[in-house]
Amino acid sequence: MTQSLVLCSFVYMGHLLYDVGGNCTRMGIPKDFRMTSILTYTLKNLPSTSKWALRFSLRPLSCSSQLRAAPAAQTKSKKTLAKPNIRNIVVVEGVRIPFLQSGTSYKELMPHDLARAALLGLLHRTSVPKDVVDYIIFGTVIQEVKTSNVAREAALGAGFSDKTPAHTVTMACISANQAMTTGVGLIASGQCDVVVAGGVELMSDVPIRHSRKMRKMLLDLNKAKTLGQRLSLISKFRLNFLSPELPAVAEFSTSETMGHSADRLAAAFAVSRLDQDEYALRSHSLAKKAQDEGLLSDVVPFKVPGKDTVTKDNGIRPSSLEQMAKLKPAFIKPYGTVTAANSSFLTDGASAMLIMAEEKALAMGYKPKAYLRDFVYVSQDPKDQLLLGPTYATPKVLERAGLTMTDIDAFEFHEAFSGQILANFKAMDSDWFAQNYMGRKTKVGSPPLEKFNNWGGSLSLGHPFGATGCRLVMAAANRLRKEGGQYGLVAACAAGGQGHAMIVEAYPK
Amino acid sequence: MVASRAIGSLRRFTASRTLRCPARTHINYGVKGDVAVVRINSPNSKVNTLSRELQSEFVEVMNEIWANDQIRSAVLISSKPGCFIAGADINMLASCKSAEEVTQVSQEGQRMFEKLEKSTKPIVAAISGSCLGGGLELAISCQYRIATKDRKTVLGSPEVLLGILPGAGGTQRLPKMVGVPAAFDMMLTGRNIRADRAKKMGLVDQLVEPLGPGLKPSEERTIEYLEEVAVTFAKELSDKKISLKRDKGLVEKLTSYAMSIPFVRQQIYKKVEEKVRKQTKGLYPAPLKIIDAVKTGIEQGNDAGYVSESQKFGELAMTKESKALMGLYHGQVLCKKNKFGTPQKDVKHLAILGAGLMGAGIAQVSVDKGIKTILKDATLAGLDRGQQQVFKGLNDKVKKKALTSFERDSIFSNLTGQLDYQGFEKADMVIEAVFEDLNVKHRVLKEVEAVVPDHCVFASNTSALPIRQIASVSKRPEKVIGMHYFSPVDKMQLLEIITTEKTSKDTTASVVAVGLKQGKVIVVVKDGPGFYTTRCLAPMMSEVLRILQEGVDPKKLDSLTTSFGFPVGAATLVDEVGVDVAKHVAEDLGKAFGERFEGGSVELLKQMVSRGFLGRKSGKGFYIYQEGVKNKSLNSDMDGILASLKVPPKSDVCSDEDLQYRLVTRFVNEAIMCLQEGILATPAEGDIGAVFGLGFPPCLGGPFRYVDLYGAQKIVDRLRKYEAAYGKPFTPCQLLIDHANSPSKKFYQ
Repeated sequence: MTQSLVLCSFVYMGHLLYDVGGNCTRMGIPKDFRMTSILTYTLKNLPSTSKWALRFSLRPLSCSSQLRAAPAAQTKSKKTLAKPNIRNIVVVEGVRIPFLQSGTSYKELMPHDLARAALLGLLHRTSVPKDVVDYIIFGTVIQEVKTSNVAREAALGAGFSDKTPAHTVTMACISANQAMTTGVGLIASGQCDVVVAGGVELMSDVPIRHSRKMRKMLLDLNKAKTLGQRLSLISKFRLNFLSPELPAVAEFSTSETMGHSADRLAAAFAVSRLDQDEYALRSHSLAKKAQDEGLLSDVVPFKVPGKDTVTKDNGIRPSSLEQMAKLKPAFIKPYGTVTAANSSFLTDGASAMLIMAEEKALAMGYKPKAYLRDFVYVSQDPKDQLLLGPTYATPKVLERAGLTMTDIDAFEFHEAFSGQILANFKAMDSDWFAQNYMGRKTKVGSPPLEKFNNWGGSLSLGHPFGATGCRLVMAAANRLRKEGGQYGLVAACAAGGQGHAMIVEAYPK
Repeated sequence: MVASRAIGSLRRFTASRTLRCPARTHINYGVKGDVAVVRINSPNSKVNTLSRELQSEFVEVMNEIWANDQIRSAVLISSKPGCFIAGADINMLASCKSAEEVTQVSQEGQRMFEKLEKSTKPIVAAISGSCLGGGLELAISCQYRIATKDRKTVLGSPEVLLGILPGAGGTQRLPKMVGVPAAFDMMLTGRNIRADRAKKMGLVDQLVEPLGPGLKPSEERTIEYLEEVAVTFAKELSDKKISLKRDKGLVEKLTSYAMSIPFVRQQIYKKVEEKVRKQTKGLYPAPLKIIDAVKTGIEQGNDAGYVSESQKFGELAMTKESKALMGLYHGQVLCKKNKFGTPQKDVKHLAILGAGLMGAGIAQVSVDKGIKTILKDATLAGLDRGQQQVFKGLNDKVKKKALTSFERDSIFSNLTGQLDYQGFEKADMVIEAVFEDLNVKHRVLKEVEAVVPDHCVFASNTSALPIRQIASVSKRPEKVIGMHYFSPVDKMQLLEIITTEKTSKDTTASVVAVGLKQGKVIVVVKDGPGFYTTRCLAPMMSEVLRILQEGVDPKKLDSLTTSFGFPVGAATLVDEVGVDVAKHVAEDLGKAFGERFEGGSVELLKQMVSRGFLGRKSGKGFYIYQEGVKNKSLNSDMDGILASLKVPPKSDVCSDEDLQYRLVTRFVNEAIMCLQEGILATPAEGDIGAVFGLGFPPCLGGPFRYVDLYGAQKIVDRLRKYEAAYGKPFTPCQLLIDHANSPSKKFYQ
C-alpha cells in the first residue's frame, strides 16, 4: 500500500516536471531541422501567412517542449522497472532477415524457409546451444495450410532439438508481439528460462482456395462409394465452382479494407494528404540514413537458394513530395488521401529473438541488450477506430509502468499508414478524445518526433505482418544503446481493432 | 505539385476569409475562396422542409451568389445531421384554398429550380440524411450531387404516398437523369433509395464515406468532411477540371437508345399505366397523373411538361384522396410520439413467453434494436421454430443487403432461447404471447410474477381477451397492460396498447417506449371486449359470413372488398387471420355485444374448424394454399358447408355496391362507437389503427376521416337502409347521428 502511494507521488511529480518544463520551453525556438523545413515549405507555398504560419510554428514548439523537458529532467520517474518477486526478463539478441517487397527474391520460398533463416541467423549471432532453448513461439497472419504450426517446422529445419516444443500464434499485425509476450509469460511464471520468439510472413504466396461449392463437391466425391454416386455428384458441377476464393483483405466484421479505414481515419482527424506524404518521406529518408550508416544491425544476411545473398531491405525508396503528390488515391477514389506512397507495402520477411530470464542469461555469460517490461493489449471498435491501438495502449502501458511520456527516450511505433500514425498523434494529443472515447481525464500527449521511429518504420523498412513486432522491439533496444537513454516504448495497431504497447528498458552497460 | 497546391489552397479556405452575411433564420452562407457554401438549417426543428420562408430566403441567397463576381461556384448543404431536406412543407399546401393557388406554388418552385439548373456557376448538392420530395427536386436541379454513404441518407419521391406528384420540376427532370423506367419506379412507388444505389443509378455523382470519431463527434465531422469534399468538387467544376458527363454503363446506354424510339416509349407508358390501374383499382388518381406529366414532358417538350405538372399538382392537392393520405401522414407522425412521457426505467432486458409466430416476431423486432431478449417456450420444438423464424427474418435482410452477416450474428446474440425462467429476475418487461386462453394466461402471469423483479411490466399480447380479466389474478395490476401486435410482426407497423383503469401511467409510458423502439406506430386504447381494432373488425367479419351465406362466392367477395380499397380481400383475410381465431373472437365478442354483432352464423366457422379448414396455416380455408403456388384456388369442400347454411339474399340490399357498404358502414359505425365510449382517445388514433392494423382503405384515410370527407349523413342514410333489412347491427351510433345532424361538426377541425 505504502509502496503504491510512493509510486503515485512519483508519477505526480513527473507530471509537474513535465508541465513546468513545457511552460518554460514554449518560448524557445524550434531547432529541429525537419520541422523548420516544413515551416519554410508552407511559408513559401501559402499566400496567407498569418494564421498558418502560427499554427505550424506552434506544432514543432509543442514537440520540442517535451524534448527539452526530458534532458532537463535528468531524473526519470523511476530508476528501473524491476518488480519485487518477479523475474527480470531480458532480450539477449534479436535478428531479422532483410524485409523484401513481396514478389522479389523470396517469392519461390515458403514461410518456414524464411522463419528458419531467421532462426539460423539468431543461432549464428548468439551461439546459443540449441538444447538450452526451452520453447519456441512464432507469430504469423496468413497461414500456409501445409505448415499451420510454422514455428515447429522452422525449428526442426533449423536443427533445434526435436524435444523443444513450438507453437504458432496469430493476432494480425501484432502476432510477433504476442509471440514475445507469450514467452515473457512463460519465463515470468517460471515455466521456462529460455524462449525463442519470432514472426514470419510471406506475402509472395498466399493460400487461394477453391470455392465453397467446389470444396463441398470434392469432399463429397471423396465419400462417394459407387460410380453412380460419383457421376451424380459430378453432374452437379457448374463452371462457377471454379472461381477461386482469395484470402480476405477486408476486416471480417465490417467488410472494409484496412486502407479504406485508414483513409477514413485520416479524414476523421483532418490529416491532409500533404502531411501524410511528408511523414512517409520522413520515414523513407530516415530508413535510408540508418541503412547507409549501418545502424540496422538486427539484419542478418540470407543466402536464398538459387539466388544471391540478400543483405538489405529493398523497400526503402526516398522520393520527393512532387513525385508522391502525383499518385492517385488507392482506396477512396477519387478524393481520398491514402496512396501507395504513404502506405506500408506487402512484405516478405521473418524475425527471431532470444529471450531469457536475466539470471540465466548472466549465468550463461551473455550481455543482454534490454529488459522487456510492462506490456498491454487493447482493443476497440473495429470499424471507426481500427487503427487507433497505439492511442489506447500508450497511456495504459505508461500508467502500468509508472512512467510518463517524458521518461521515454525512444518511441518505436508500427507505421501501417502515414495517415494512421498522424491520426494517432492527433488522438493522443486531444483531451476531447481522451475524455469521450478512452474514459481518461486528460490526453497523454503525442510523442515528440525527434524520438520517434528515428531509423525508419514499417512504411519504409516494410511490414511482414507476423514479423514486425520483433523488429520494433529490437529497433527500440538498439536505439537506446546507440543514442543513449533508458526507456523505449513500442506500440502497434492491428486488424480487428486491437493494439499493443510495451516498455523496453535498456540493459545497463 | 499540382496536388499540393490544391491542398494548399484548400487550407486557405478554412482560414479567416469566410464572409459572414446578414443572419437569416433558415439559410445562411459563407464563402470559402471562390466557393459559396449555403447552409440550410430551419430553426427549432429536427428536419428542414421547403417552407415559404425557406424558399424566399433561398432565392435571396442564390441571387446574391449569382450577383457576386468573387463567387464562381456553390455548395448546398444542411447543417442538420440526418436530414438534407425532408420535403416540401405539407402545411403550405394544406393552407391553399384552391387548385389554382396550389398550381401557383408549384410554378414558383419550378421557376426557382429552373434557375438553379441553368446556373452558369456550378452548384453542388452535398447530401447527408434524408433528401426527399422537394429536397430531391432541389438536388437534381443542381449540377452535381455528393451524398454520404450511410443508412440515414436516402433519396426518394414520396409525393405519391400523399396523393400528389413531384410538383417542382421533378416529373420532368428525374426521367432525364435516371431514365424513364427508373424514374417511374421512384415516383410511382415513392420508395427510398439508399446512397450507394443512387450512385449506381446516376442519381448522385459521388459518395462520401461516413467518418468515425476524430477530434469531434462523428456526425459533426462527417458533415464537415462532406462539405470539404463538396467544395473541392465545386472548385474543380468551375475550373472545368471535371466534366459533368457521366459514363453510362452498357445497360443504361441500351435503355436510353430504346427510349429514343417513339414506339418503345408508347409501349412503356401503356405497360406502366396498365400496371398502375391494376394495382390502384382506379382508387388513387396521383399515379396516373404522374405518368401523364412525364409523358407530356417527353413527348411535347419541357414547357408543356411544366404546365402539365403544375396543373395536375393543383388538381391532385384538392382531391379527397390526397387529403385522406395527408391526414394519415399527420396521424402517423402523432402516433410515433410517446405522449406518456419518459418511463422511469429504460427496458434493457425483455422476456417473451411463447415462441410462436407472434412471440418470435416480437423477439425479432426487439433484438435488432439492441434489446437483450429472452424467448421462452414450453417445448424445445416450439422454441426451435421460433428461433429459426428470428434467424430467417434477419438472414433475409442480409440477402437484401440491408444487414451484413456480421451484424446479423451480433444482433442474433441478443436473443436467448430457453425453456425455463432463468434470467427473468433481470427482466424489465415480460411480453406473453402464449395461447389465447384465459386459464393459460393466468397460469403464466402467476409464474412470471413469482420470478420477476418488482418494477417488471407484464404485457399481454392478445387480440381479444380483456386485459382486466387477465390482470385479475395479478398481485400488481398496475404493472399489467395489453400489447396487441399484428401478424407478421416484422411487417405490420401497428401496435395497439390496451390500458385498464388500474394500469399506471409509467407502465404505459414504458410499453409505448418499447413499441416505438421496435419501430411501431402506436395507438393507446382503453380496455374492453375486442379493444379497438378487433372490435371494429368483428362486425365486418360477421357481415362477411352473412354475405357468404347469401351465396356470394369468396372470390367475388374478395374482389368487391379489394376494389373498395382494402389491401386484402375479406375472405382471404379470414384465412390469413386463422378460422379458429376468427371463431374464437366471433363467439367472445358476440357474447359481449349481443345483437349488434349479429350477422352471419358462427356455425360456418365452427364447421370449418371441425373439418380442419383453419386457413393458410393448415393449407385449407376458403382457399387451398400450396407451397410455391401463386394463384390459389377455391376450396371445393367448402361448397357443402356453405350450401347447408345458405340464407336467402334480400334483393334490395345485395347489389355489389350494397355488399361493399354493408361491410364498410358496420366497420365505420363500430369505430365511431369506440370513440363515443371512450375506448379511443382521439379520432387520429382510430384512423391509424384501422388503416395500419386492419387495412382500412388508405385512400379513405380511416373511418373518421372518411366520415369527415364524405359526409356523416350519407353514411347514416346507408346504415338506415340496411337497418331496415337486417335490424340492430346497422343502427347508427349516437355520435355518428350527431355528426349527421350538424354538418359543421367534424372529427378533424
